[in-house]
Amino acid sequence: MQRNNLRKWSSVFGAAAVVAFAMPSSAQQTKYDFETRMNIESHVGNITGHAKDAKPDYRRYCVGCHGELGDGNGENFPWVDPKPRNFQLGVFKCRSTPTGTLPTDQDLFDSIGRGFDRSNMPQWSTFTKQERTDLVAWVKHFSPRWVGEKPGTPITIPPEPEVTPERIKAGREVFARVQCWKCHGVLGQGDGPSAATLTDDLGRPIAPFNFAEGARPKCGDTDKDIYRIFMTGLDGTPMPSFADNIKPDEAWDLVFYLRTLMSQHSKEKAMAKQLGLKPVDPNAPAGQQ
Amino acid sequence: MRVSSYSRLRDVSYFGSLVLFAVTVMLACSPRANALPAFARKYGLRCSACHESWPMLNYFGQKFKDNGYQLMNDRDAPIWQNPSYWPVTFRITPIWHRVSTGKVMVDTYGSNGAGGSVVTGSTLQRVSNSGFDISGLDFHTGGTLEKNISFYVLPSSNNAAQFHFETVMGRLDNLFGSSWLNVKLGKFELDNLLSEKRILTLTGNGGIYQLYHFRPQGDGNVFGQMGDNQLGLEVMGHSWNDRTRYSAALLSSVDGQVGLPYGSNAYSGFFTFSQAFDTGKAGVQRIGAYAFVGEAPTNWLTQTGPNGATVIPGAVGNKSFSREGFVGQFYFGQHVDLQVVTQHGQDSVWFGQGYGDFIDGVASGNNTTGTTLAAGAQAPSWNGVLVEPHYIYSPQLIFIGRFETIRMSQQSTPGTASNFGNISTYTIGYRYNPFMTSRAGFAWHNEYNWLHQDGTAPDGTNLNTSELLMGFDFDF
Ligand code: HEC
Ligand code: HEC
Repeated sequence: MQRNNLRKWSSVFGAAAVVAFAMPSSAQQTKYDFETRMNIESHVGNITGHAKDAKPDYRRYCVGCHGELGDGNGENFPWVDPKPRNFQLGVFKCRSTPTGTLPTDQDLFDSIGRGFDRSNMPQWSTFTKQERTDLVAWVKHFSPRWVGEKPGTPITIPPEPEVTPERIKAGREVFARVQCWKCHGVLGQGDGPSAATLTDDLGRPIAPFNFAEGARPKCGDTDKDIYRIFMTGLDGTPMPSFADNIKPDEAWDLVFYLRTLMSQHSKEKAMAKQLGLKPVDPNAPAGQQ
Repeated sequence: MRVSSYSRLRDVSYFGSLVLFAVTVMLACSPRANALPAFARKYGLRCSACHESWPMLNYFGQKFKDNGYQLMNDRDAPIWQNPSYWPVTFRITPIWHRVSTGKVMVDTYGSNGAGGSVVTGSTLQRVSNSGFDISGLDFHTGGTLEKNISFYVLPSSNNAAQFHFETVMGRLDNLFGSSWLNVKLGKFELDNLLSEKRILTLTGNGGIYQLYHFRPQGDGNVFGQMGDNQLGLEVMGHSWNDRTRYSAALLSSVDGQVGLPYGSNAYSGFFTFSQAFDTGKAGVQRIGAYAFVGEAPTNWLTQTGPNGATVIPGAVGNKSFSREGFVGQFYFGQHVDLQVVTQHGQDSVWFGQGYGDFIDGVASGNNTTGTTLAAGAQAPSWNGVLVEPHYIYSPQLIFIGRFETIRMSQQSTPGTASNFGNISTYTIGYRYNPFMTSRAGFAWHNEYNWLHQDGTAPDGTNLNTSELLMGFDFDF
C-alpha cells in the first residue's frame, strides 16, 4: 500500500516536474486543483456536459497521449509528433474565437470529433453527443483559465459570396499583400522562405500547411472553416490571425484563391486554369501582382 | 490406489488455487490498464481505446476495423511508419485448467484370483481432471499495405504448435472514395457483431459461442458454423461514423477448408445489417440482423475414398441450410453492457439424417443416386439465444457473464425426444489487466463454465460438464 502511494506521488511530482521544465510559463497543476474544478460544465446545443462524467472515457481513450494530468505527457509523448496538447495551458489551435482567447465549447466538441490530420489525434466520432460534451468539460477542468475567463466571442463570418474570376484574382492579391507565401510558399507547398525556421510554442519545429499535398486542414475543410483558420489563427503555432489585416469580404476572396492551390478539384481551380493564373511574385511592387 | 491418487490431486489443486488466489491478490495490488499491440504501437493508442476489454472490440475499435484497420488520417499508410515497423502480434495463454464431465463410461475391475486384476465390465462415472496447460499460439499480422489497401494474416496453432491459416485476407477499402464500398477476399471471420474470435472467455465450452456452432445430434451439416472463419468474398459498407453498417459475403461452403472441394461446388451467403443509436448518457446502442443461407454438399464422388474408388457419375447433392437472427449491443453508461444474439436455424432433412460431413469424413451416409430418406424424416430446426452481460469496473477490470440456450423445435428423426441435444450453458469470469499501455496486453484471467446437454450421456440421460480455468493471457 505504502509503496503504491509513494509511486503514485512520485509519478505526480515527476510529471509536474516535466511540465514545469517544458513550459516554464505554466503554473504547476495538481490533482487537488483539478478536483476543485470538477464541477465545470460545457454546453453544446441543448446538451450540458459534466466533467466528472467523462473521467472513465478519458482514462479509456485519451490518457495514453494527453496524460493523467492533462499535460500532454502520456506514455506516448516521446513517440508522437506533433506533441499531444497540454490542456493545462488552455491554448487551442482550432477556435471560432479571436486569437489569444479561449475557444467555445462547440469548438472543442468539433475538434474532438474531427480529429487532427497530420497528427496522432484520432477522429473521435463514435461517442454520443452527450459523451463528447462531457469530454469537453473534462478537457476544460485541467486549466485554471476556464475559471477566470470567458471564451472569446466567435468572429462573425459574412455569408459566402458567389465565386467569380475577379474574386479569385483579388484573393491572389491578398495572398501576396499579407505575405502568406512567406511561410506557405508561392505555390502553397509549405516551402516559403521562412518555413524552415518556424517553431511552435514548445520550441519544436513545425511545418506550414502544404495546400498542394491533398491533406485536410486540422481545423476543418469547408470554406467557412478555412475562412476561420486565418481570421483567428492557430494559437500555439506561428500561424497567425489576420483579423487585423484582412477585411471580411477580402477574406472570402482569399478562401477562393486558396482553393486554387489545393490539389482537390474545385470550381475555383477550374477558373484559375482558365484565367491562366500565375503564382504570386514576391518581388513585384505592392499592388502590381 | 485410484482413490488416494484422486484425493492427492484434489489436494494439489486446492494448493494450486491458493497460490493462484495469492497471485491475483498480488497483481490486484500492483499499480495501474492495456490489443492488437501492433496497431496500438502504430497509432500510439492504448488497448482500451479500441477494446472494451481486449480482444473484444468497442465501438471505436469496430469503426477502425470497418475502415480496414485505418483511423482515416494520414498516418494510415505504412510509408509513414518507421521502416523497421512490422505489424506483428503474438498471443498465447498459459493456464491451469480443471474439467469435470458428469458421465463417462469407465472400466470396472475385479480380482483375477492370482493377485492381479481383470476388467469386469464398465460403468458411468464423473471424471474430473486438472492440470497446467497452454493454449495455441496466434501469430497476427495485419494493417495496411497502402492507404486503403488492408490485409490480415493469422497463422494459428493448436497447443502442440501445429499451424493452420485462421485468417488470410486482402481488402480494398473506401472504393470510389466511399465508406459504403469495401471488398474483402480470402479467409476471414464472418461479420458477426459479437465476434467469437474476440470472445472474452477461454474454456473449451465457454470459449466459443455454442450458438455459432450448433448442430442437432446426428446432423451432418458442418458447413453452417458462423463461428468458423470462411473462404469467400465480402462486400461491406458503413456510414462515416459507423452508425449504419451492412455486409454481404459469398462463401464457398467448405467450412473454411482450403482447396477446391472434391466433386461438388456449393456456395452460401452471409448477410448483416445494423443500425446504432445515440442514447445520450447511456451510450450508443446497436441493433442488427443477420442471415446465413446457402447450400452444402451431401455426397462424394468416390465410394471408398481416393484410392480404389468407385466413381459415382452425376452425383449432385447440394442441400440447403439457414441460420438467421438478431443482434443487440446495449450499453447502460460506461460500466454496464449487454450483448444479445438470437438464432433460428434450419437444416435440410438430408443433413438432419447425417448426410453431409465429408470434410471430417464422419457422415453416416452418402447421398448418391437412388438414395432415399427414412420414412417420416424431417428437416431439423431449432431456436437459440445468447445473453452476455459485462460489468466494466475500469478499462483494466471486466466481469463477464453469459447464458446461452438452444432448444430443438423439430427433430429430424421421428420418435426422437423433443429435447434431445438441447443445450444450456453458463459462463462467469473476469479479466484483470494489471497495466494498460500502448505496447502490450496482459490479463489475469479466471473463468468458470457449466454446460448442460439433454440426452447426450452414454446412457441417454443428460450430460453436465463444468470447467474452471485461470491463467495469464498476453500478447505483444
Ligand atoms: C494517440 C494520441 C492521442 C489520443 C489517444 C488523443 N489525442 Fe487529443 N491530441 C493528440 C495530439 C497529438 C494533439 C495535437 C494535434 C496538433 O497539434 O496538431 C491533440 C489535440 C487535442 C485537442 C486540442 C484541440 C485544439 O484545438 O488544439 C483536444 C481538445 C484533444 N486532443 C482532445 C482529446 C480527447 C478528448 C481525447 C480522448 C477521447 C484525445 N484527445 C485522445 C493526440 C491524442
Ligand atoms: C509565420 C508563418 C505563417 C504565415 C505568414 C502564414 N501561415 Fe498559415 N500556417 C503556418 C503554420 C506553421 C501552419 C501549420 C499549423 C499546424 O499544423 O498546426 C499553418 C497552417 C495554415 C493552414 C491550415 C490550418 C489547419 O487547420 O491545418 C491554413 C489554411 C493556413 N495556414 C493559411 C494561411 C493563410 C491564408 C495565410 C496568409 C493569410 C497564412 N496561412 C500565413 C504558418 C504561417
